[in-house]
Amino acid sequence: MTKLFTSQKFRRTAVQVLFVAAVVLFILATIIVGRTNIADQGIATGFGFLNQTTGWPVSFSLTDVGPRSTYTEVLFAGLLNTMLVGFMTLFFATLLGLFLALMRISSNSLMKLVGTTYVEVFRNVPVILQVFFWYAILTHLPGPRQAYSLADIAFFSNRGLMLPAPSLSGLDILIFLVGCVAIGFGLKSIKSKKTGLRLPLAIIAAVALFVILLVTGRDADVPLWSVPELKGLRFVGGVSLKPEFSALLIGLTLFGASYIGEIIRGGLMSVDKGKLEAGSALGMSAFQINRYIRIPLAFRAMLPSLSNQYIWLMKGTTVGIAIGYPDYFAIVSTSINQSGQTMELLALLMGGFIVVNYSIGFAMNLLNSRLKLKGRS
Amino acid sequence: MSTSVVPPLPKQGFGNWLKKHFFSTWLNSVFTVIFGAVLIWMCIKLSNWAILDAIWSVDNKEHCGHGAGACWAVIQDRGRLIMFGLYPYEEQWRSTLACLIVILTIGLSCLPSFWSIKKLPALWVIGFGTFVLLMRGGFAGLPLVTSEQWGGLSLTIFIFSAVFVLGMPLAVVFALARRSSLPVIAKGTGLFIDLVRSLPLLTILFAAAVVVPLLVPDWLEGNKLGRVVVAFAVFFAVYQAEIIRAGLQSTSQGQEEAAAALGMPYWSLVVDILLPQAFRNTLPSTINQAVITFKETSIVTIIGFFEVMASGNAAIGGGEWTEQFVEVYVFLALVYFVFVFGLSRYGAWLENRMRVGHA
Repeated sequence: MTKLFTSQKFRRTAVQVLFVAAVVLFILATIIVGRTNIADQGIATGFGFLNQTTGWPVSFSLTDVGPRSTYTEVLFAGLLNTMLVGFMTLFFATLLGLFLALMRISSNSLMKLVGTTYVEVFRNVPVILQVFFWYAILTHLPGPRQAYSLADIAFFSNRGLMLPAPSLSGLDILIFLVGCVAIGFGLKSIKSKKTGLRLPLAIIAAVALFVILLVTGRDADVPLWSVPELKGLRFVGGVSLKPEFSALLIGLTLFGASYIGEIIRGGLMSVDKGKLEAGSALGMSAFQINRYIRIPLAFRAMLPSLSNQYIWLMKGTTVGIAIGYPDYFAIVSTSINQSGQTMELLALLMGGFIVVNYSIGFAMNLLNSRLKLKGRS
Repeated sequence: MSTSVVPPLPKQGFGNWLKKHFFSTWLNSVFTVIFGAVLIWMCIKLSNWAILDAIWSVDNKEHCGHGAGACWAVIQDRGRLIMFGLYPYEEQWRSTLACLIVILTIGLSCLPSFWSIKKLPALWVIGFGTFVLLMRGGFAGLPLVTSEQWGGLSLTIFIFSAVFVLGMPLAVVFALARRSSLPVIAKGTGLFIDLVRSLPLLTILFAAAVVVPLLVPDWLEGNKLGRVVVAFAVFFAVYQAEIIRAGLQSTSQGQEEAAAALGMPYWSLVVDILLPQAFRNTLPSTINQAVITFKETSIVTIIGFFEVMASGNAAIGGGEWTEQFVEVYVFLALVYFVFVFGLSRYGAWLENRMRVGHA
């Protein structure tokens, strides 16, 4: 018997079995207590509620949802809202971050100073404070009648930002996005010595597709570009960005750009100086050195931290609830209040974020393995 | 036959310095002129707004908003609300003192002479314990102030330090469990860490505040602040665990084998050999994580706590100061900036120091 207890193998197995048993017991106890507590409140468990109508409106959504929509539709609209603001943030923050990184590594001390000041200011203030700030600014703009206008085609008022937009339906936009991906894959398969032709060709094809979609499939009296106009007390036409959406987008973008800028700068600085000097010794121009040596190497170095930052920003969209932007989390939390289906909705909430974040992680890993330097590392 | 050429001396003088840094190429000159003009214009506007045209005292508050600059009178009027929340007025000296003690603790733990496995935890337990006792009171003639009345900056500091004190040991446990040689424990911990990391902090805090009371028996419920702090600590711990794990991995395998060969017990190996090195190697990332945690304490305002962000919003919420939101938000930003910038500068200095040490 003592032999059994001193045996390494037995002790290792026993500890692991105990660990699993404790975890299972904990989960089971939570579920049992939870079920009884919820049953006491007279709420049915299970996912049946997803087909019921919600009875409350959603202030902003891409799809057509209202009080008569089911929970499934409303939750889906929330997920779309999260992805809309998330992906737009990633796009603009990366662009701005690139500018900041270039400013901070430039030889011009003034630009360095501007870049550094920006990064230090925006990185060291909580993102939620920044979002509150922009929201307060946007809601303190004058009303529609006194709106600030930009050449009479864009208006800024406390109802939101009104911008001109091409007259495309939702279906047109979907076709355009799918078309762009198809163009990308199509051109990738062209085996040609002149790979330099790919990018111009892709741009021409995308523009052509855009023009075709814009010209076809619309009523004859609708103009190509819809411009916002003041009619009575509100604006008609164009695309309207609600203050909640704009404030969240601006706040997250300015905050995210300071982090992304630092990651890009780190990547650019990590490129071995000898390689750049080797390039110039071979007679490459400054542009060629950047294009063929510096950027490819830097891009590989910064990809892992960049994908972490992207996932972080995607999760950061949840602060939108503080200013009333109906993102996935806000919709789930309202649903919990209204329907009481706590455990089911919580599972859906976690599931939604895990799917979105894992897809970003997966896409970035794919990019990483595609770009990885072939051969010995 | 060869003629030797003397290497060119670097050019000296103010003109050359200017040329090198601001006007090296024509493109740089253009940028310098444009950015310089914009920058000077912004500095003039900003100093006019923030200092020259500003209104500092509540007595002049009727001038606020009529084309004048910043109205700092709002800070004079509502400063106590922002800093202390709903903490009783006569007891606010306790709140101030408690905050100073935690700031002192943070300052002391930045000194290398405190970096030992016994001193650092002891320092934090004493510092944090004093903070809680002072804030709570209920002894030696100090009136009891329950945590529902805590607010403002002291609540922010309480959440930050509680998360740090609870989260750090938890992080060590997670890191060790993930590196365990027992596959079930390693995999299970790994799964848990990855799951929590893929969720936003807000959803976890929300679950702790609203959902946990439904899932546990009443006697386990605790108060809302306690639950949120524990959930926040778990969130901090899974990130910090990955940092510690990286530090553990950077110690060489040979050291562990040497300890085993000498017959050292496991806890001694961990406490005396692995952890000191792991912490030392990952100090910059740990400080970075502390900085992020400090900023993220502002999230609890969404689930209904009255910390400094929420009390700032309350100061402009009702009545007379609604137009002074810019001033209040700038003030809040400065409060956060002082803490966060200070800590991150310290981290950068430390990183530099370590790089020199290793070279």
